[in-house]
Amino acid sequence: MALKIVKGSIDRMFDKNLQDLVRGIRNHKEDEAKYISTCIDEIKQELKQDNIAVKANAVCKLTYLQMLGYDVSWAAFNIVEVMSSSKFTYKRIGYLAASQCFHESTDVIMLTTNQIRKDLSSPNQYDTGVALTGLSCFVTPDLARDLANDIMTLMSHTKPYIRKKAVLIMYKVFLKYPESLRPAFPRLKEKLEDPDPGVQSAAVNVICELARRNPKNYLSLAPLFFKLMTSSTNNWVLIKIIKLFGALTPLEPRLGKKLIEPLTNLIHSTSAMSLLYECVNTVIAVLISLSSGMPNHSASIQLCVQKLRILIEDSDQNLKYLGLLAMSKILKTHPKSVQSHKDLILQCLDDKDESIRLRALDLLYGMVSKKNLMEIVKKLMLHVDKAEGTTYRDELLTKIIDICSQSNYQYITNFEWYISILVELTRLEGTRHGHLIASQMLDVAIRVKAIRAFAVAQMATLLDNAHLLTGNTQRNGICEVLYAAAWICGEFSEHLENPMQTLEAMLRPKVATLPGHIQAVYVQNAAKLFATVLRSQEGNTEGTAAQETSQLMIDRLPLFVQSANLEVQERASCILQLVKYIQKLQQKDVEVAEEVNALFAGELNPVAPKAQKKVPVPEGLDLDAWINEPPSESESEDEKPKAIFAKEEPKHSRPRHTEVDEKELARRREARKQEQANNPFYIKASPSSQKVYQDAPGVEHIPVVQIDLSVPLKVPGLPMSDQYVKLEEERRQKERAEKKKKEKKKRKEKRSGRGKKHDSGPESEEDITPAHMVDIVTEEMPENALPSDDDDKDPNDPHKALDIDLDKPLADSEKLPVRSHRPTEAPKSPAEDGDTESAAPQEPKKKSSKEKKEKKKDKEKDRKKSKEEKKKKKHKHEEGEDLLGGQPDEPAVQSEETNEVAAPPTSTSVSDLDFWLSNAPVPSNSQEAATVAAAAAPVPQEASGTAPDSEPDEPKDTETEETKSSKHKKKKQKKEKEEKEKKKKKKHHHHHHHSDGGGDESVQNGTVEEEEEPLPPMSNYCLLAENSYIKMVCDIQGNLQDGSQVVVSVIFENKCDSFLKSMEFNVLDSLNSKLQRPEGAGPHDGLTVPFQLPPGVSNEARFVFTVQSIVMPQKLKGTLTFIVKNEDSSTHEKLDFKLHFTCTSYLITTPCYSDAFAKLLESGDLKCSSVRLEGVNMPFHHLLARICFHHHFSVVERIDSCASMYSRSIQGHHVCLLVKTADQTVSIDAKCDEPSLLGNVLDEIKQTFSQC
Amino acid sequence: MIKAILIFNNHGKPRLSKFYEHYSEDTEQQIIRETFHLVSKRDENVCNFLEGGMLIGGSDNKLIYRHYATLYFVFCVDSSESELGILDLIQVFVETLDKCFENVCELDLIFHVDKAGIAGAPARAVSAVKNMNLPEMPRNINIGDISIKVPNLPSFK
Repeated sequence: MALKIVKGSIDRMFDKNLQDLVRGIRNHKEDEAKYISTCIDEIKQELKQDNIAVKANAVCKLTYLQMLGYDVSWAAFNIVEVMSSSKFTYKRIGYLAASQCFHESTDVIMLTTNQIRKDLSSPNQYDTGVALTGLSCFVTPDLARDLANDIMTLMSHTKPYIRKKAVLIMYKVFLKYPESLRPAFPRLKEKLEDPDPGVQSAAVNVICELARRNPKNYLSLAPLFFKLMTSSTNNWVLIKIIKLFGALTPLEPRLGKKLIEPLTNLIHSTSAMSLLYECVNTVIAVLISLSSGMPNHSASIQLCVQKLRILIEDSDQNLKYLGLLAMSKILKTHPKSVQSHKDLILQCLDDKDESIRLRALDLLYGMVSKKNLMEIVKKLMLHVDKAEGTTYRDELLTKIIDICSQSNYQYITNFEWYISILVELTRLEGTRHGHLIASQMLDVAIRVKAIRAFAVAQMATLLDNAHLLTGNTQRNGICEVLYAAAWICGEFSEHLENPMQTLEAMLRPKVATLPGHIQAVYVQNAAKLFATVLRSQEGNTEGTAAQETSQLMIDRLPLFVQSANLEVQERASCILQLVKYIQKLQQKDVEVAEEVNALFAGELNPVAPKAQKKVPVPEGLDLDAWINEPPSESESEDEKPKAIFAKEEPKHSRPRHTEVDEKELARRREARKQEQANNPFYIKASPSSQKVYQDAPGVEHIPVVQIDLSVPLKVPGLPMSDQYVKLEEERRQKERAEKKKKEKKKRKEKRSGRGKKHDSGPESEEDITPAHMVDIVTEEMPENALPSDDDDKDPNDPHKALDIDLDKPLADSEKLPVRSHRPTEAPKSPAEDGDTESAAPQEPKKKSSKEKKEKKKDKEKDRKKSKEEKKKKKHKHEEGEDLLGGQPDEPAVQSEETNEVAAPPTSTSVSDLDFWLSNAPVPSNSQEAATVAAAAAPVPQEASGTAPDSEPDEPKDTETEETKSSKHKKKKQKKEKEEKEKKKKKKHHHHHHHSDGGGDESVQNGTVEEEEEPLPPMSNYCLLAENSYIKMVCDIQGNLQDGSQVVVSVIFENKCDSFLKSMEFNVLDSLNSKLQRPEGAGPHDGLTVPFQLPPGVSNEARFVFTVQSIVMPQKLKGTLTFIVKNEDSSTHEKLDFKLHFTCTSYLITTPCYSDAFAKLLESGDLKCSSVRLEGVNMPFHHLLARICFHHHFSVVERIDSCASMYSRSIQGHHVCLLVKTADQTVSIDAKCDEPSLLGNVLDEIKQTFSQC
Repeated sequence: MIKAILIFNNHGKPRLSKFYEHYSEDTEQQIIRETFHLVSKRDENVCNFLEGGMLIGGSDNKLIYRHYATLYFVFCVDSSESELGILDLIQVFVETLDKCFENVCELDLIFHVDKAGIAGAPARAVSAVKNMNLPEMPRNINIGDISIKVPNLPSFK
């Protein structure tokens, strides 16, 4: 006893760790469950201890048990405890456990919010990482809402490790909290160009995943992705992008045209099979989206098919599988090109791999033609016999039926053959597709009138041999075909050779073992058969025969009256009474056949399955409106409905008696029609009744039925469809021979005449005539059926909520919820504002800048438009003017303007894309155009940069054209337009700066929004030079992409009444700074400004300069030469200017995370400098805004009257500022790794403030 | 997107499983069992794709698996994934395990399931959305040993 206690305590001392647990489980193979339950008890004890190490160990073991299928949700709280451990090794265990077993309904998740937030902002990147990782598995809508802002901040973390994870987890956040998508999207987009490839591919992934579900919202990103596609070398990224394009092309065929070229190149160049495969896939998607096959697209198809053939022929089964998979996509649109590989695909049918066989089957579906249908189906039937597994066999069965029935039985030339195939298929034991065969039988019998006689005969045989099918009823789905057989025999009983025999077969006692719904059909159709039999027997004037038949019915039907199935019972008792009555009449020698037949008379056409849905709502019908006034008194309640139903009553009456007058009969017929209108297979029994009764009941069933000359003998139980193949062959041969004789045979109406006939070689599709002239009845649709393209989208799809227009500018209300730091703190501490605002409100700004760019593109596009389209465009412009109308030329408030500028959002973004797409090369002059397009592609996206180089020459030409043409127009109109354009332009250049600034300068904007005082308008465009003809203002920006480039945006404004043309911009290069000139140009040549200026118009051009050292400001002298053209004369003019490259212009607004900022300052690499500004008389936030705006800084943190700011030079120098203000004095402490740069920047800041 | 990662042995015993959608423990075991039945029936030299995706969500899904010695590695993915890419991913994953455990075998996974799980966790979290930057990924796997690095996609076909 004592020993036991000691042992127990020792056990506790040496707690089992996970390894021990695993070992224990392995040692207790027999009583695993018992062992585990004791372990769980131990774990429960361990969890009660205070020691976190013990707890972590316990949780670790629980995680393992969870994987083995044990519910561990009871330990959720302990998991949270371990998660909140400060030690990383424990925290990690906690998060792992949480990611395994937490889900949306775990209530302790609520408790984790703050812990996760703490971990997210932990200085240790691994804490952050593990929190992000865990969060991705159990994020809930609440967590998503609360943490969205924190995660978004992490997207700009200094460590790519964190950025990558943050970007990825945003996808989960979007799913759970769709409102976050729009605020976060701009930053996500930014990450597409992250310097770290991991982050970049994460962003690509997220956007691809989003775009896959709602592609249309992401069309505007196509240019950016295109650029990535042409520049990236990461195969994983390429695959994703290419897949994404595959989803986008159906929406925008022009995109497809643009893609073909680079994709084909990739196909040729890549050695990676996976990439090749995805390229082929997307090319296929493109080809599908391009409706008409252009000549050189057939080359692409050929290329794809060729490559796929290589895949299929590969010995690697995986490649074979994928090849077939892709092939089936081509098949849909270009069946011809696939058909030539029929041999290969048939070969795959024999593959030992089921997946491959199934794929090959899919392909066969599209490869059949009238010519080869029989052959292919024959082959498939062989496989059906061979197939061992039922799944594959069922698959074969459905495929055979699919293949035959596709496009309205287009390829079936001989329906007798098809019926025999169906009958053969009924011999498959244990298939679950009985209903499929049954519905095919019904469909064919109803819709192909010519085949009915044959079908009925076959069905009668089936019914006779029903016992073969129902051998073991339980697991047999095949008995469903009896449903069809019984119905066909009943409905088309006039075609029956021996109705009496069939009637017998249908009333066998064995039938009672069939499923209820089949019995019901049996009973109903026995009645129909009975009617037919009566008619023939009465015609024979042998009263006794008819009476015997009635007796047979009366004898057999009671079996069904006792059925447990309600419907069988009802029908049986109904019919039984009817027959009894008939018998009574027969005994009185009354002829009843006519009247009994009348019960089942009436034509019923097949109704399309969707017909009901498509009945248009009649005009003026309002189903919600009261038909009658709502009943106010109880008396009217009783009366009215009664009247309504009284009218309908006759409809429900059943034919129990035969003394019916004409009127009654007609009404019943009507009722029956309506009743059966729901049955798509119901069709009118044609009133032809020339059936001759031959055999008396009881005669042995005759296995051989003579039907048609071309129909062979058939022995039930033996396959016979093969004979048709032979017969068909002979028939065709004969036909061909006949045709040869009469060269000019008339084409039958159904066949579209295709010019030439092939005397030799295989016969073409058109030459094959169907064995019978077959009239396939089309299914009925209601009149005025609405064309329907119902997208049956799953309402539960989480992606539905993400169908959000991303091009629309952000509204003020659309911000991510921002945490309030600590409840104890003042509710609006400025530090917090500075920090948090950086995330949300920055977006509108960026949006607006994007909008700006788009507008510009729009204009460019306008210029390109031809005269005819101009009027339409004008309309658009007018819209623009309306917008501008309410606004002064120099907008007073920035934030306000941001909103206004962005007003016509979708149209512009679309036209931006239009512009990009219109650049698409004409597929014929391929390579060159492609490179141009590739070069042009970045333009809309890159804020600054390559503009001058890639500005295509076309705009210039077309513009002249435009201006000329507009000259022809009425002057008034012209003036109007110009004015508009001018206004637009002004607005444009005023704000152009923001577009270039990018980054976080919006911080300042956010600050503005929250404080009452509006910011004065600011512009970075400064006057460059001016004379009586022209005014030049410019803005200088560093180029984000290239550390040695500076982009100068110059706006030229024509101030005179003359036309300015042939403008040339030239700068005297210094050693340090050089104007980038096109290749081949001399060092002193000027650059042609790529546009001309009509009077009063202004336009902007960009010039790229290369600089070597950026630590010093410098000035460059330059000249603009141009020709002033009047109506009668033209003069050469020039204007000198001085370009001032300040050090500020080398800075680029770069967001900075406060942690990183702190580390940067601590690192000690930075040199210090400071400056004091006296007499600055402006609110602190204005001051910050100015520094942000004019000197490209971003606010890192702001506390009261103190703020830290950050910026980076194009060559990567960090510039950190600490700005403090007190009593009109501002002190700026600055740190930078390049002292002279810092000094110059500070000087410039000082100058900025001395000016105001 | 990757919907689930299942690792089980030749007898269908789960060795490591991760579902990126929530299922009850019973359903998870059910899925593992069914997947095992599907996968174990297949010969060694047939293709690695299975369209039995009904197990987890829509018909869009595919099972992509590889069989190494006594272990099956099964990824359930939807159509946004490149099939061949996932095969490579499995390869890299296994190689990573190999690096972590030096000649990984089933017993390693059994006895170091926590380590394997944690090794897999970042990989899987990344792949929860989708992991493509493989050369980057493995470096993060074992935080204690950052030097682990997988050679650049040896079997990228």
